[in-house]
Amino acid sequence: MALAITETCVNCWACVDVCPNAAIAWDDPVFAIDTRKCTECTGEFAEAQCAAICPIECAIVNELGEALNPLGSLTGIPVGKLLALKEAA
Amino acid sequence: MDLPIISNAPSASGIPCSSGNYGSALAHLPDHIRARVQDHPCYSEEAHHYFARMHVAVAPACNIQCNYCNRKYDCANESRPGVVSELLTPDQAIKKVLAVAAAIPQMTVLGIAGPGDPLANPERTFETFRQLSEKAPDIKLCVSTNGLNLPRYADEIARHNIDHVTITINCLDPEIGARIYPWIFWNHRRIRGEAGAAILIEQQQKGLEMLVERGILVKVNSVLIPGVNDIHLKELSRTVKAKGAFLHNVMPLIAEAGHGTYYGIMEQRSPTADELQALQDECAGDMAMMRHCRQCRADAVGMLGEDRGAEFTLDKLDALDIDYAAAMTRRKTVHDDILLQLEEKRKAGRLPQAVPVGVANAAAHLAESRAFALRPVLMAVASTGQNLINQHFGHAREFLVYEASERGARFVGHRKTELYCVGNETCGDESEDGQSAENTLARTLAALSGCEAVLCARIGFEPWSRLEAAGIQPNGEHAMESIEDAVMAVYREMAAAGKLAEPAAGQKRA
Repeated sequence: MALAITETCVNCWACVDVCPNAAIAWDDPVFAIDTRKCTECTGEFAEAQCAAICPIECAIVNELGEALNPLGSLTGIPVGKLLALKEAA
Repeated sequence: MDLPIISNAPSASGIPCSSGNYGSALAHLPDHIRARVQDHPCYSEEAHHYFARMHVAVAPACNIQCNYCNRKYDCANESRPGVVSELLTPDQAIKKVLAVAAAIPQMTVLGIAGPGDPLANPERTFETFRQLSEKAPDIKLCVSTNGLNLPRYADEIARHNIDHVTITINCLDPEIGARIYPWIFWNHRRIRGEAGAAILIEQQQKGLEMLVERGILVKVNSVLIPGVNDIHLKELSRTVKAKGAFLHNVMPLIAEAGHGTYYGIMEQRSPTADELQALQDECAGDMAMMRHCRQCRADAVGMLGEDRGAEFTLDKLDALDIDYAAAMTRRKTVHDDILLQLEEKRKAGRLPQAVPVGVANAAAHLAESRAFALRPVLMAVASTGQNLINQHFGHAREFLVYEASERGARFVGHRKTELYCVGNETCGDESEDGQSAENTLARTLAALSGCEAVLCARIGFEPWSRLEAAGIQPNGEHAMESIEDAVMAVYREMAAAGKLAEPAAGQKRA
């Protein structure tokens, strides 16, 4: 059981500092979570700490690849607008 | 009522020959505080013409989300808070500071301002400060924060001899806060909406009080967001002043769809230059207002309004061999010279003396100015520093705006012509692209709205005629003169030509 960081990560270090298991380290091009150390904060905190501070939607995923902070959940920008912008880019 | 400026004998028109910068934000400060900010470009409007600053980007993490910020953005052409090109470790930051301080002897100040929140990166931030106070004891240290962790670190800030702290406070009301901050990270949880905003506001206010108790100078930054916190900022200004903040800096929202921020994408508009100035004038009734802020990047280097960061990238630092002791001696000579010049100017009545709050307050000046026969005029100035008119119109990336009136010249703010990179088509060399040059001129004209004259060292024929057509008189006759003197000379010419008895046609603000 471990979380993972996707390439949408912007390398802001926020998760590194709050991880209670020191499970996050630099792994070019973005940070990575050590699956042996990650506990998903179960039993320790109500929310996985990396996902609770991460400012980037879809950057932290569970083992199923599901985003803990899905599109639109952090900025409040409507998903439709975000998708339209992505397509345009 | 005593006038704050000791002017020379009045000229024929009755307007003082020697202008005073009478509305200076710091004019009313007690001497002991002014002494602490006289060489700090971000706190003293006078100092910013002479002294340089730098930010080191050692603080990437943030613990809140603001609707005007997007952590994904990084463009070398971009100039605004939260943007950096190269993140530094504390050791790299020290190396860079020492190199810059040796190369730019006018440098007095090192700030940590991000690109995240410095107090959300306490180890990197305080390690940088610790090493710096040891290796460059003559450099002033300052830090900017959103305030969420301020109560927790107030003692540590005091311990590191950090003299100046800037807190960004955008609201006192959680309902307004929820429209600015979608969430905060607090006590191991992401807290959204009003609940999160309420905690942030409480910590900011508590942090402000704790810093003031510890004798640390506090400036408050607020982002003016039309329709969200604009009216509210007047109350905020009064409150933070009452709690001991010595300077309030109201900055315009920067929101472009291309930045990918919530406000940018949702088409929240930015304030116009007129709206910003009106709000600053209204808040000035309550406290010292800062008007020369350039909203610089979290890795900016050099004088305010310029960025020499590209000269000091990590790869270039390795090649530099710095004799730091010699650099520090040289810096002392340069700083002493500048301070002496400023002191002499002040004695000659060219810079503001300490005057009572009631006199310095700009709102009172506005009211008083109605008793004068001639109306005030806004003028734009192209300057690269030293308080001189020394820049070609076409090279100016920003203009300083002064209000000239019978009371003298008052600095009221600056207008940027290229606030930020607006996309690929303008990222390249604009001078080779006629279309972009046209856009730049159009943007400049828009930025100068409300100004009736623009003073610069030189100006080309094309912009000259465009400015005239827009009702802005170009003037290249005062090259290399001091700004206030030149502004007042032009004001007297306008008065002599009978242009000041009537309200200006099409002027939004009298």
